[in-house]
Amino acid sequence: MLSKRNPQLNKHGELIHLLSIEGLPQAIIHQILDTAGTFLSVNDREVKKVPLLRGKSVFNLFFENSTRTRTTFEIAAKRLSADVLNLDIARSSTAKGETLLDTVANLSAMHADMFVVRHSESGAPYLIAQHCAPHVHVVNAGDGRHAHPTQGLLDMYTIRHFKKDFKNLTVAIVGDIVHSRVARSDIHALNILGVPEIRAVGPKTLVPGDLREMGVRVCHDMAEGIRDADVIIMLRLQNERMSGAMLPSAGEFFKNFGLTPEKLQLAKPDAIVMHPGPINRGVEIASDVADGKQSVILPQVTFGIAVRMAVMSILAGNEA
Amino acid sequence: MTTLLLDAEALYGDLLKGVRRLLLPDTALVGIWSGGAWLAERLAADLQLSAGVISSSLHRDDFGSKGMSASADHTKLPFDVNGRPILLIDDVLYTGRTTRAVINELFDFGRPASVTLAVLVDRGGRELPIEPAFSAARVTLAHEQKLRLARDDQGRFSFDVKDDAHAE
Repeated sequence: MLSKRNPQLNKHGELIHLLSIEGLPQAIIHQILDTAGTFLSVNDREVKKVPLLRGKSVFNLFFENSTRTRTTFEIAAKRLSADVLNLDIARSSTAKGETLLDTVANLSAMHADMFVVRHSESGAPYLIAQHCAPHVHVVNAGDGRHAHPTQGLLDMYTIRHFKKDFKNLTVAIVGDIVHSRVARSDIHALNILGVPEIRAVGPKTLVPGDLREMGVRVCHDMAEGIRDADVIIMLRLQNERMSGAMLPSAGEFFKNFGLTPEKLQLAKPDAIVMHPGPINRGVEIASDVADGKQSVILPQVTFGIAVRMAVMSILAGNEA
Repeated sequence: MTTLLLDAEALYGDLLKGVRRLLLPDTALVGIWSGGAWLAERLAADLQLSAGVISSSLHRDDFGSKGMSASADHTKLPFDVNGRPILLIDDVLYTGRTTRAVINELFDFGRPASVTLAVLVDRGGRELPIEPAFSAARVTLAHEQKLRLARDDQGRFSFDVKDDAHAE
């Protein structure tokens, strides 16, 4: 075989690490979404906890800060009865000069069963997956500009929940696509699930033409980009982009690409509006839209916990 | 093979009679997914009772070796479990491990007044101290044989016996 085996799968084709959505079989994505549906119903019980990860230790390794993602992983692991350890790596080992692999080796010696990794360098979770003990599973919680697979999966869960099916959908992703690992994971997932029209919408500096290679339609005009869309995914405009030559100003961006009630009318009447959070009101999205009846931003957060529970329980049940 | 002589439809008639004797004024039927859920659905219609479905998947003791089941079967109990006499229904009782798992699952929803178990077939081989209050038949099967209830398009039951090296 010419192709290398996907490092996320074992020899039976089962998921052992979640590093990227790219290259995942469609069946595994559906398995994760179906399992998440089971976990969503756990919220309706008197006991909102299941014992699948009892006796397992999940280490949250956040080399880059993210309170929200870390918290949802922590809640998900605790609902599965795992012991959770949050390590603020950025302020401890790394600051003292320890290498990434030495940190991982030390934590493995503390009998970790799963690492949830957030890192500013693309590929860091791959490196950890290649070097950790065989029984340890790795979940990528966002690496550089590369991937944020659980966000991509929770976005797919949200779309499936509200739209039932991926066939015949038009999905517009709006904003800073080039720097967004969320956009990248969404685009891979939408392609695998067979969404016929994926649009990347934003200014030329943030949505370069070569994104077409990922199978998306590039639109530099907001009206063209969201017209007749079924799903609009707004991305956060990261403040640090404003300082460079990427954008003239936040006000200018909002005027052209901010989602307002008027612009939303161009989309299908039943279109849903998504956002990975945290939202910048008045920068990429108007308050009327973020709080409006087409917004599914808060359901995304709830689904995110169920999706992370699904990912962790599926990984824990598969052997390398 | 004696097992092939198991007439699931005739046994269902016996189960219906047995279940009728076990009923308390407020009993709710809970069928264990999947075969037990089919039985409970038909019993509920025949006896005018409410019925739910329960899945063992979140409490299985073989999760570590078998992993997460791919099916999205999940527990649906359309009534308050608290204070209710619960009659669990299953197609085949074997080791008792599935029964143990669904009892745990049941208690995640509340505190039932009591839990009893009625099954279509008891094939022995228990590995836990679990006994049914009623079984329509008792059979002995080799470990590698897998006995499962099947349901056709008309809703008629039959038994399916397979040789399976990985029998539960």
